Amino acid sequence: MIRERTLNGLVLVLLLAVPLWAMFNDQPFTITLATRAVIFALAAVGLNIALGLGGLVSLGHAAFFGIGGYAMGILAHHAQTYTPVMELPFLIEGTKSMPVIWLVAMVTSGIAAFLIGILSLRTAGVYFIMITLAFGQMFYFFSISWAAYGGEDGLLIYVRNDFPGLNTLVPINFFAICFTILCLVLLLNGLLARSPFGLALNAARQAPQRVQTVGLDPQRLKLVAFVISGVITGLAGALFADLNRFVSPTMFSWQMSGEIMIFIILGGNARLCGPVVGAVVFVMLEHFLGGLSEYWHIYLGALLLLVVLFARGGLVGLIAGREVAHD
Amino acid sequence: MSTILIIEQILNGLQSGIMLFLMAAGLTLIFGVMGLINLAHGSLYMIGAFAAAAVAGLTGSFVLALIAAMAAAAIAGVLVEMLVIRRLYATDHLDQVLATFALILIFSEGTRWVFGSFPLFLDIPDYLSGPVTLPGGIQYPFYRLVLICVGLLVAAGLGLLITRTRIGIQIRAGENDREMIAALGVDISKLYTLVFALGAALAGLAGALVGAIQSVQVGMGEPVLILAFVVIVIGGIGSIKGALIGALLVGLTDTLGGVFLPQLFKLFMEPSAAQSSGSALASMAIYILMGAVLIWRPTGLFGARP
Amino acid sequence: MTEPILATHSLQKSFGALMATDDISIDLYPGEIHAVIGPNGAGKSTLIAQICGGLKPDAGRVELLGKDVTLTNTLTRAKAGIGRTFQISALAMEDTVLQNVLLGAVGDIGSPWRFLRPVLNDGSLRSKAADALKRVGLQDHAATRTSDLSHGQRRQLEVAVALTLKPKAFVMDEPMAGLGAEGSKTLTGFLDGLREEAPILLVEHDMDAVFALADRISVLVYGKIIETGTVDQIKSSKAVREAYLGGDA
Repeated sequence: MIRERTLNGLVLVLLLAVPLWAMFNDQPFTITLATRAVIFALAAVGLNIALGLGGLVSLGHAAFFGIGGYAMGILAHHAQTYTPVMELPFLIEGTKSMPVIWLVAMVTSGIAAFLIGILSLRTAGVYFIMITLAFGQMFYFFSISWAAYGGEDGLLIYVRNDFPGLNTLVPINFFAICFTILCLVLLLNGLLARSPFGLALNAARQAPQRVQTVGLDPQRLKLVAFVISGVITGLAGALFADLNRFVSPTMFSWQMSGEIMIFIILGGNARLCGPVVGAVVFVMLEHFLGGLSEYWHIYLGALLLLVVLFARGGLVGLIAGREVAHD
Repeated sequence: MSTILIIEQILNGLQSGIMLFLMAAGLTLIFGVMGLINLAHGSLYMIGAFAAAAVAGLTGSFVLALIAAMAAAAIAGVLVEMLVIRRLYATDHLDQVLATFALILIFSEGTRWVFGSFPLFLDIPDYLSGPVTLPGGIQYPFYRLVLICVGLLVAAGLGLLITRTRIGIQIRAGENDREMIAALGVDISKLYTLVFALGAALAGLAGALVGAIQSVQVGMGEPVLILAFVVIVIGGIGSIKGALIGALLVGLTDTLGGVFLPQLFKLFMEPSAAQSSGSALASMAIYILMGAVLIWRPTGLFGARP
Repeated sequence: MTEPILATHSLQKSFGALMATDDISIDLYPGEIHAVIGPNGAGKSTLIAQICGGLKPDAGRVELLGKDVTLTNTLTRAKAGIGRTFQISALAMEDTVLQNVLLGAVGDIGSPWRFLRPVLNDGSLRSKAADALKRVGLQDHAATRTSDLSHGQRRQLEVAVALTLKPKAFVMDEPMAGLGAEGSKTLTGFLDGLREEAPILLVEHDMDAVFALADRISVLVYGKIIETGTVDQIKSSKAVREAYLGGDA
């Protein structure tokens, strides 16, 4: 456990050090890469609450990623075109304020997660996987056919959104915002895992019958975990759209769902910083391997296959050893 | 909105449904017998289509192309089963999802590397093209009728295989208790490989047949795969009958919804809003259907009751 | 006459043509151990499932503390006071012994909706868990991974988890299964002392344990209770002999 904690700290320090170094060496693109890694990490930490703690293999988490992205896109789009989002039954204006956008993103993903969760959790095992995948697709096709917000072409947001007190156009500032959010969420994740809720959820994953006989409802536990998970991934989606100043249906795609899961597995799904490590590795592979060959996905696939077959604990598992049951 | 249009669309729905059945049947067999969720099934569909396009381009024969499609997909299936899938039978669903997802990446990029990013073309052969006049004076593409017939033949064939042959008995027994039949001397390893190859061949066939009406390109398999999942959820895992009925339901809902929902909306909305809301709702129609079935029967229409 | 803590009235359950539970009425009074024995396939698991909440009977009633719980689910019955142990251990294998018992403690509170405070910082949860572990004798293994425990120790852990809920009645499904002579003796001794805390409905195969512990024994054969009585009565019952040994024993 000490070794894992050290590793966690190291990862975060590195994640902070690299963009700082880039700032002093005038390499804004590296800061953007680091921000991308941080946001992917956030999405993965979100999924991991459902997947790692709750044992819910959700192959449709891109649904929440996309909802967060489109929440940002729609609000910012209306703000930049000076049109209201809706006029009846009550007036809703667009906005470019990050905190407001984040709130909307989290609430809408939370509601979506609740609805999808209630339906999907009626099933288990392979049905659950297929249903979550299907719901992700539903959002994908819906966003393609929603011409008002760009359809297949997506929405372009001209200027990054505002955060009180900061010039968000400066890359390091936006990085700092995302990094702070990631750290807060990691803290929350850690507390959650050790809390009574986390204990019960973890038990529900392993022995749902046992949980029932102590008078707790495993279904309800899983639903709450799924909602929390959706909320966090939704927030990541809003940040991602802000980073790229662009949102499109690909944020809803099954490939995106798969990628979020890959971040977790590459790093190690039962570990706190597994998703972070995985996201960083992915972004680095994407950048370096992608620069070498446009078919780098083959190597990603091969790596993923090797990890699943031979290094199931992910990178953190390889480095920090077998997970010690937490005290 | 004429009767002709309605009948045409119903036939289209049946056709797309029956092709979906070929995918879903393989998937549901593989899951029913081996307990394995296989995301790479879409890749096998794609491999079938590419093999067909390549062979058709070389030889000009559509029949050879179809045979090549099934063979290529089956061989790819057997290879994948022996090298990768075998190690996954004992693992949990997450591992299976991840490993077969990795296979998708490898197959997709691999195909793109070999064939390039541009779609290939597979032409409907002359003897199958052109319209045919159905009773009632309706003109309908001959090829699509052929697809429907081929699909129904395959369904019948599968039904016979499952219910009347020795292999079929082993398959059905394996679905219920694989340890038992292993103990009884059935070569589980061979059975699994056979079932996987059968599913792969069906996927390859579907890919080739549909590839002639749509295009043959990388990534064509995954949307079909996900639809096949919806079919299985609706029909129930392990049930060929469920796969057939589910596939027809999904095909009809998708086709008819896409055509008629905008029309329906036009009754009380202005045309452009009706078109966009109608198509948006139509794109979700299948999933709404799936959701409705799940509320009523969480394990699908013909799935094992919990 | 005291009221039974747990009682079934004319419980009936068939699976197609098989009558798994045929008009079963048994009860459990405070302070007693009531054993249910019977040959394999007699319907013991079906009976337990109907009592604890996993299976709905076709007819009849299950009452806990006088209240009809027949239509309630496992959760509700657990909260109402049924403490169950499983024949095949249902424990969180990846977790430690302490974590498994803490689950019981959380269940005792009744609400898992606490998200921020670590379980281990909660003194009352810890002490409840520690007490339960001490009672079953597992206190030295608190940090052991459950999958590393021996079979007998897992049984003890099951009981510990059930204890944290201070149940009104225990329903134990073959707790001796898989234990060697030594383990059986230890568990028997433990269960002997447990009956004062809450009566035990003990479904068991291990006759030594049953004869040592039971105040009453009910014999279940082909879904029917053919005899209920004290140890001596059952030992000398003709009906029971016939059921176990055949016609002319």
